[in-house]
Amino acid sequence: MLLGPSLAVSAVLFALGVAGVLLRRNAIVIFMCVELMLNAVNLTFVALAQQLGVAGQIFVFFVMAVAAAEAGVGLAIMLAIYRHRQTVDLRNINLLKG
Amino acid sequence: MIEGLFWLFGGTAIVAAFLCITGRSPVASALWLVLALFALAGIYVLLDAQFIAVLQVLVYAGAIMVLFLFVIMLLNAGRPGVATDMKGGAGRVTAALLGLGLVFELLAIRGWMPADQLRLPAGAIAELSREHGAVRLVAEPLFTGYLVPFEITSLLLLAAVVGAVVLAKRKL
Repeated sequence: MLLGPSLAVSAVLFALGVAGVLLRRNAIVIFMCVELMLNAVNLTFVALAQQLGVAGQIFVFFVMAVAAAEAGVGLAIMLAIYRHRQTVDLRNINLLKG
Repeated sequence: MIEGLFWLFGGTAIVAAFLCITGRSPVASALWLVLALFALAGIYVLLDAQFIAVLQVLVYAGAIMVLFLFVIMLLNAGRPGVATDMKGGAGRVTAALLGLGLVFELLAIRGWMPADQLRLPAGAIAELSREHGAVRLVAEPLFTGYLVPFEITSLLLLAAVVGAVVLAKRKL
């Protein structure tokens, strides 16, 4: 049974994604860490689908569609920011910080 | 055999993810993330989700990561000689502590398992997949019970396409 080990790997990957978001300043790298977290959740879905029915695999399908939409819009936002500020370093992008 | 393969893929995924969040250059980070995504596809095959594994390679490791690499190179963010974008001492300690805390929390709730009445017998998904084929296993519920969420997903993708064009285009 691979359920326990899968959930363990998924937990470590999710925590690595969170640590990456806190650790980095480059907006694109932070975005990649968010993708890592989404993938950790997908692994949980697939692992539990083996025991609870195929619905978990269908949710992975929806997560992938949302991740693709998010990547497209997010990277477009980053292009727009870069055009105005010539950087994607989050130290220089703090308009919403007040 | 399967356990060994699982730990090979799982170990690869974890090491690649660690190198992804600590790599100096964004391009290297992206390529380590691609390796992690490939390893996850291997794990999906071991978990009887062959169709999801194919989608993972095509959509994630293929399309989405190519988009990331494309934008990194377009923004010239991957050039060497630039100072690293990692936070300093306090930020690193915070990230490590919060990450470790999260791992322990998630490993603690791992002890919770679904009730026995809810569980399928071992190998049930593999059996279904052998009977109907791996694609039909996912596609049939997707186009019957989950038809409305599926259609809403297509609307979401349409909105994302329009939004991305509006945001990234210089002049409309």
